[in-house]
Amino acid sequence: MKNHALKYLFSFVLQVVVFTELFAQGSGTGNNSYLLYTILAAISLLILGLLIQVSDNMLGIKARQAGIDTEVHNVSIFPRLNEIVSAPQPDYVSGAPYIHLKKGFDILLEGKADNRMLEVSVSRFAVQPPNFKGIAPIPKMEVEIGAEVKAGDPLFHDKAHPDVKFVAPVSGEVIAIERGEKRAITQVVILADKTQTYRKLTPPDLATCSREELQAFLMESGGWALIRQRPFQILPAQGDVPRDIFISTFDSAPLAPDLNFVVKGREVAFQKGLNVLARLTDGDVWLGLDARGDKAPADAFVKAQGVKKCWFKGKHPVGNVGVQIHHIKPIRSGDKVWTLQVQDVITIGALFTEKRYNAARVVALTGDEFKQTGYVSTFLGANIGDLVAGNLHRDHVRLISGDVLTGAKKEVSGFLDAFDDQVTVIEEGDDYELFGWLAPSYRRPTVSRTYLSNLLFPNEPFHANTNTHGEKRAFVVTGQYEDVLPMDILPQHLFKAILTGDIERMEGLGILELAEEDVALCEFACTSKQPLQEILRDGLEMMQEQM
Amino acid sequence: MKQKLLQFFSKIEPDKKKSPFLHTLYDGFFTFAFTPNHVTQSGAHLRDGMDLKRTMVFVVLALQLCYLFGTYNIGHQHFAALGQYVGFLEGVHLKLVYGLIKLLPIFVVTHVVGLGIEFYYASKKGHAIEEGFLVSGALIPLIMPPDIPLLILALSVAFAVIVGKEAFGGTGMNILNIALLARVFVFFAYPGQISGDEVWIAGIEKVNGTYIGQAYGGIYHFFDWIFNGLGWKTFGAGGAAVVDGYTGATPMALASKGGWEAVTQVYSPSQMFWGAIPGSVGETSKPLIIIGALLLIVTGIASWRIMVSMVLGMIFTGLLLNGWGTTPFMQVPWYYHFSMGSFLFAMAFMATDPVTAASTNVGKWIYGFLIGVIGLIVRVLNPAYPEGWMLAILFMNVFAPLIDNAVVQANIKRRKLQAKPAAVEA
Repeated sequence: MKNHALKYLFSFVLQVVVFTELFAQGSGTGNNSYLLYTILAAISLLILGLLIQVSDNMLGIKARQAGIDTEVHNVSIFPRLNEIVSAPQPDYVSGAPYIHLKKGFDILLEGKADNRMLEVSVSRFAVQPPNFKGIAPIPKMEVEIGAEVKAGDPLFHDKAHPDVKFVAPVSGEVIAIERGEKRAITQVVILADKTQTYRKLTPPDLATCSREELQAFLMESGGWALIRQRPFQILPAQGDVPRDIFISTFDSAPLAPDLNFVVKGREVAFQKGLNVLARLTDGDVWLGLDARGDKAPADAFVKAQGVKKCWFKGKHPVGNVGVQIHHIKPIRSGDKVWTLQVQDVITIGALFTEKRYNAARVVALTGDEFKQTGYVSTFLGANIGDLVAGNLHRDHVRLISGDVLTGAKKEVSGFLDAFDDQVTVIEEGDDYELFGWLAPSYRRPTVSRTYLSNLLFPNEPFHANTNTHGEKRAFVVTGQYEDVLPMDILPQHLFKAILTGDIERMEGLGILELAEEDVALCEFACTSKQPLQEILRDGLEMMQEQM
Repeated sequence: MKQKLLQFFSKIEPDKKKSPFLHTLYDGFFTFAFTPNHVTQSGAHLRDGMDLKRTMVFVVLALQLCYLFGTYNIGHQHFAALGQYVGFLEGVHLKLVYGLIKLLPIFVVTHVVGLGIEFYYASKKGHAIEEGFLVSGALIPLIMPPDIPLLILALSVAFAVIVGKEAFGGTGMNILNIALLARVFVFFAYPGQISGDEVWIAGIEKVNGTYIGQAYGGIYHFFDWIFNGLGWKTFGAGGAAVVDGYTGATPMALASKGGWEAVTQVYSPSQMFWGAIPGSVGETSKPLIIIGALLLIVTGIASWRIMVSMVLGMIFTGLLLNGWGTTPFMQVPWYYHFSMGSFLFAMAFMATDPVTAASTNVGKWIYGFLIGVIGLIVRVLNPAYPEGWMLAILFMNVFAPLIDNAVVQANIKRRKLQAKPAAVEA
């Protein structure tokens, strides 16, 4: 689109120049025959422009026939805007397409995780059914309170997917099955043993087994539950075969853990996991690679075998798998793709390399309320209170499982959500501020350019708090969401379609391509403080009911 | 200090049930003074420092230079027409005071009426006072003639806020630009007050076919007393006759009669650029408007796409009309159209209103361009009223949803066409 707009602009400017030229000559005589000349000139210019445009398009058609993707490779005689202005791609980028996204916004916060392991002992772990979207609120329990379980023993299953087991991340005693509203099961808590014991698994031989055998093994062993399907960001139905599988190997969210550090020492399991996934789809397994840094990412990602890769550079949300899918091969109606996170791939790989369900997770402790930031080696669903114990500056804080944009608010008694590998702690901002909207008393992150100190010190990280910095209003400002969402989507119109319940328009505007994490930055930036992630989830649920 | 203020505020908080209007008022002023202590409840835990109040206030800030110059220019035009203090910097105190005496009542009436209605509806509907009128209220005085009768002003503001905004559901829901709606109300309901040659210079009356300056009474005597004490020049009694050759016509009116030649007989191009010409209060000084527009673009508050495309649209039409050139007005070189009327003011502050403009980025290009085209056509070809931006913007306000819909449908269609796309080649 940009390309076309540029072309028209160019020919328009040319016409303007020609017009002015004519008048510079004509001003002396002042007669009107110049009207004829100018119209003639305009027509000939138009015809010329048309000719160039048509031949340029034919070039594109020819290229597509020859199998060249014109979205990625520019075959036009006009340079693309990004080819003129963008920085050259990094040296280490090779052997795969490279996509540089211009839109987005990096929120720089204080409290980035240092690259060091912290010793933290966590005694309680939980599996939380609400983490797995798309299953019924009251799953069928397979254990009772007081039961002794090994890591990998099934805890419960969903009635609609009876073969998909949700398994214990650690061995120990089931000490609580907690219920929330309408008796929905919110968490199954396990008090971990001092030394872990594992349920022995017998994985099928990857080279010879059928896809059905492999699927059955994954469902039984707990690997299937780690997969999420797009659209809707839900647990895939049992026996489904996805179009493609996508894995983002970097996280661009604020204070996100460095996955190159996280994958260290587990490269073999990661590669094995990729091999397993490749057997589950007729399409491809895609890795989104990080081209943002000065150095190449870990070899585990760059040299992964049997997968397709694509380099991405840009600002958050460039690391979101949804954004990457949009630019690699977008989800259209009828498509189902799967997404996984790096540590979930490692766990699936370990089912085969270690023959056990190893839900080990390296979790980043981030945020400037921590005395010491860093990484902790623990297991899936670790207790938040144990993770932060004795490491906080003060009590009046917000504990978040995940990052500040998409994470869930937790209490000390809460547990890390299943798909989170980060705990963020920031200050609660429940304080009044005198004329805060006019003359702020402290620096605050913003996408707007109305704060002088932010313009002067663009690389200075912020101390974050949870104040909304204003009240909820109707949609007023436009174009704000588009600037932070690097996708061909019209977010504001999509949100309005959701609010009015217009299913057809929602689908047409691409709701199937989105998950909450993709619009989280829009929600951050929203001047009117609209709850966009909530609106999107409502829309997705409406869509699901229709399907 | 802050704690004491907070205690004071909580002491005077009126009861919400007993007196909803007072509570709404209290809430409005409280949230004006203090950013509330709300914390994020769902979704993103961290929110941008920007809110609607700050957005609106930046537009008001961008208008301040226009206010300053507009105030002074009211006085300057008045005295210049009477042949007194003809130099721009002569009689500064008199011009400033005269401008203030004219502009302050306009400002106060606009806000009392507009905010009053806003407060009333907020309490009626039980929601917080929204900030929309901050900008509308700052814009309306700047686009009115300095001599506008206050009753007419009050009526027009009431019309704009009630019919234009509250009837549609409040801030963010209106279809038409509120400030322009107030002006267009005056324009159609009281054409005599906003067109013709008499209205653009304050305090000049037509008595028995001749123009004379107003008589200074009341408040002017008070200031004369002060100025006398200081030994400065005073207003005096007033009622002086205007200078020979006085027309009171704006450049637009002159151009529609006699083209560029007629304009330059009265005003020099640089005079029109710097703004010492008669016109609506805030629209005359081009450099100050450009500074305001730049502030809005740099801070990202107003859409640069709309501004740029509007300029392009006007240049395009200007060139076409130049090429056509059958009337003297058509022959006015296109680049002089920037400095003659209120094009820049309309571009910077009126067309860019995000609520009434197109909301998609592509739509903004089309929207701005068409305003530029239509506005200049109305300005040059309309025999009745030689200025077009108000009508062009209102016209395009109505069409903005249609433009957006076309863009949205294109997006939907594009997605459908790609239903089976080719993968990226690895």
